[in-house]
Amino acid sequence: MSKKRIATVWLDGCSGCHMSFLDMDERLVELFQQADLVYSPLVDLKEFPEGVDITLVEGAVSSEEDLHKIQMVRERTKILVSFGDCAVTGNVPSMRNPFGVNAVLQRAYLENVTLHPQVPREVVPALIEKARPVHEVVKVDVFIPGCPPSAQTIFLVLSDLLADRMPDMAMLTRFGA
Amino acid sequence: MNQPVRVKTLKIDDRDVSGREDETILEIARQNGIFIPTLCNLQGLTPIGACRLCLVEIKGVSRLLPACVTRVEEGMEVYTQSERLQKYRRMVLELLFSERNHICSVCVVNGHCELQSMAQVLGMTHVSVPYRFPRLPVDASHERFVVDHNRCILCTRCVRVCDEIEGAHTWDVMGRGIDSRVITDLNQAWGESETCTSCGKCVNVCPTGALFEKGKPVSERLKKRQFLPYLTMMREERR
Amino acid sequence: MTPEELRKLAESQEEARPAPRHRIKICVAAGCLSAGSDRVRDALQNEVTRRGLENECEVQGVGCLGLCTMGPLMLVEPDGVMYQNVTESDAAAIVESLGKKPVEQLVCPSDMSFFTKQYKIVLENSGVIDPEKIEDYIARDGYTALARVLEDMSPQDVIDEITRSGLRGRGGAGYPTGLKWSTVAKAGGTRKFVICNADEGDPGAFMDRSVLESDPHRVLEGMAIAAYAVGASQGYLYVRAEYPLAVKRLRTAIRQAERLGLLGNNICGTTFSFHVDIRLGAGAFVCGEETALIASIEGKRGQPRPRPPYPAEYGLWGYPTLINNVETFANIAPIIRNGGDWFASIGTEKSKGTKVFALAGRVKNTGLIEVPMGITLREIIFDIGGGIPDGHRFKAVQTGGPSGGCIPEQYLDMPVDYESLAKVGSIMGSGGMIVMDETSCMVDVAKFFMDFCVSESCGKCVPCRVGTVQMYNILNRITSGEATMEDLALLEELCDMVKYTSLCGLGQTAPNPVLSTLQYFRDEYVAHIVDKQCPAGVCQMRQ
Repeated sequence: MSKKRIATVWLDGCSGCHMSFLDMDERLVELFQQADLVYSPLVDLKEFPEGVDITLVEGAVSSEEDLHKIQMVRERTKILVSFGDCAVTGNVPSMRNPFGVNAVLQRAYLENVTLHPQVPREVVPALIEKARPVHEVVKVDVFIPGCPPSAQTIFLVLSDLLADRMPDMAMLTRFGA
Repeated sequence: MNQPVRVKTLKIDDRDVSGREDETILEIARQNGIFIPTLCNLQGLTPIGACRLCLVEIKGVSRLLPACVTRVEEGMEVYTQSERLQKYRRMVLELLFSERNHICSVCVVNGHCELQSMAQVLGMTHVSVPYRFPRLPVDASHERFVVDHNRCILCTRCVRVCDEIEGAHTWDVMGRGIDSRVITDLNQAWGESETCTSCGKCVNVCPTGALFEKGKPVSERLKKRQFLPYLTMMREERR
Repeated sequence: MTPEELRKLAESQEEARPAPRHRIKICVAAGCLSAGSDRVRDALQNEVTRRGLENECEVQGVGCLGLCTMGPLMLVEPDGVMYQNVTESDAAAIVESLGKKPVEQLVCPSDMSFFTKQYKIVLENSGVIDPEKIEDYIARDGYTALARVLEDMSPQDVIDEITRSGLRGRGGAGYPTGLKWSTVAKAGGTRKFVICNADEGDPGAFMDRSVLESDPHRVLEGMAIAAYAVGASQGYLYVRAEYPLAVKRLRTAIRQAERLGLLGNNICGTTFSFHVDIRLGAGAFVCGEETALIASIEGKRGQPRPRPPYPAEYGLWGYPTLINNVETFANIAPIIRNGGDWFASIGTEKSKGTKVFALAGRVKNTGLIEVPMGITLREIIFDIGGGIPDGHRFKAVQTGGPSGGCIPEQYLDMPVDYESLAKVGSIMGSGGMIVMDETSCMVDVAKFFMDFCVSESCGKCVPCRVGTVQMYNILNRITSGEATMEDLALLEELCDMVKYTSLCGLGQTAPNPVLSTLQYFRDEYVAHIVDKQCPAGVCQMRQ
């Protein structure tokens, strides 16, 4: 049996979920006996590959780039996993939503800046109107709440998914955990 | 003086149980260790049947009935855990999470919030309806307490405890439908309320981080509710 | 006042008013009033005075004549000529024509099926009597039912008569009135209340308003009979404040009835006492729900509470309370006068008597109609309503307001009764009936009613408070071409959930307009979602 292909991507989040992923420590070795990590911010690959079995998505969908990326990832992935509260609920990135993009940019880049206040418009992708949880944009198959989900949670969820089982999330984690 | 107490026998989830005729399905279920989820209900306050989490199926009754206000009846057959009920309960929670801004990770009661733990217990891992992200105020004008409308689920426990137990009736609800909001006095700032006794009962009964005490670390923001059943018991005794 | 005195008063009324040669009855209910009928009445009166015809001709303001679309309407007696769209400048010509040839261009053909196909019980006095004169009501057998009840019927006799009539609640749900009365009568205690629910709020419905404006005493008499039957001595009329004319006429009516000893202490010289007070609603639709209405009368926030216990057992201030709708009470006096069997002979097997409908929308003759139960929708819309104007095609008829549904063409020959309407996914409701042609978009219609429920939800229970908003948002996405088929699936899930988990009738029925349009016009939803097109050309697509 060929090894399963796992990927992780990072949209609008703090990378805490990826840190928690690394916190699996020696269990990473165990896990990747059965699988290959084919794409991740943690490894040095530029292109998201085709034919991925499981992709963990950290972060909310906040910018034009996120929108583009998640649609591409969805197309190339069998099981898409919302990984952590930002992906599942919008979490902290969504706290700007009640105020609107302009008000937030104004506050962050003009009102509170003394040296060369200016809103960055080049190179960085434009923010979309509202930061959204991943499943409001593309279909999501598995949800792992938690901010961040613990290493143990990630390990058990991935172990289950690799064994073609659906993990019981209520036993493992919750929002804000 | 003593009225004869009538006892009713019934079945909850196929288990034989019994209760006094003035007791509710919820009370009997709890006495028998049968879990029925609730949010607006709190022992010691008048039940109102508003959150709809405790809806149960009763054989021969076409409607679903809230266990918190439905009295037991002889021969009743109650079912509390059907797939349909569980689906509805998860949807109630999803609607609540979508209604306002519940950001658990940065909430002052993260880890001891009833809404949060209810989502876990009922296996609600995500919200399938779109989040509304309304813009809501936070009132920190009170010397000791804060009301954050982003976290309020309109269970009205604060309204009831203030009216029924403290007797101040500082809290009430303003507006209707999705625009409903708990208010102090006639929608004045809490800090300027002339009726609030600063007793803190509302803060302690609040199931979420909508009402909290200032200057405490998150780990110490446990809500203390033991006083309620005690107070109501002692009042009953007095009568 | 004793029954004999009442009879004498009625007779003396007839005699005391030496019938003028001509009587002009002009409608001054809200519909015609908004078309300026009060000014027309004054103009007519001035014209009569100017010509010195005061003894010859009486100008009288009366209640609703029904065909509101042609208002202001007036009836000239004894010629029996009806005029439509009358203006102040027509006054001279009308007075001039009295006893001669009618003013041709103003004549409203009263032999049209709009009038001939109706059967009037509740509206028997509407447009006939002056609603501000109790003598007029008494002259038309008013209060004789109450007098008879007090003279020779026991409370149980009254309940039996109502039960025999088969009358069912006209507020919408159709609960058997006799059964309700008997439950309250059996409830313990000596303190009980009777409440008349006049918090009519369905969009497009104005049956209750018209009854209260045209014949207020009929409702008071019904309430008094009910109070006698169930053992209540205090009644409340809960009227929405948006009906100032109805309130004014009710106040007048209560004062008049009290003066004649037909309300108040020792009514008709018996031991029966009954007082009626008016309470005004503050603009909340949900206060039409009985427990919310009771909370409102108690001075609390108008929110429903779970039932049971029902008001019959635990109502106003915790006492057994009988609560019926305006039209239900308006049926009581005729039932007592003519007998339950007479009433039961009208209508169908399970739905007896008549029903008043406010016919509106895309029909030629809009207005207020009263028809026997069991009449077909086709007769109502095409005979009475005169069909669809401007060469358009019938598409659907909406009954029951925001709690009802849209009935398509294939059911036009279905009889109108409680069961049949429920079977096709709608309800009888309080009597709103909105006709739609092919220029109406059914998704847009569903959205309209959902919007109504969103703003009228009280906010107490979660499914109604948040669920209606989520459903509205999805409908909004559909009508702007932004929705997916997944959204439609979610909409259906929400409909099911809100319907079965909401606390009161408002939430439980809020999904009905969506469910019924989905049942009969699903292709329109799909057209909006898949083809990004509104077949009726109503919705503006974003793309």
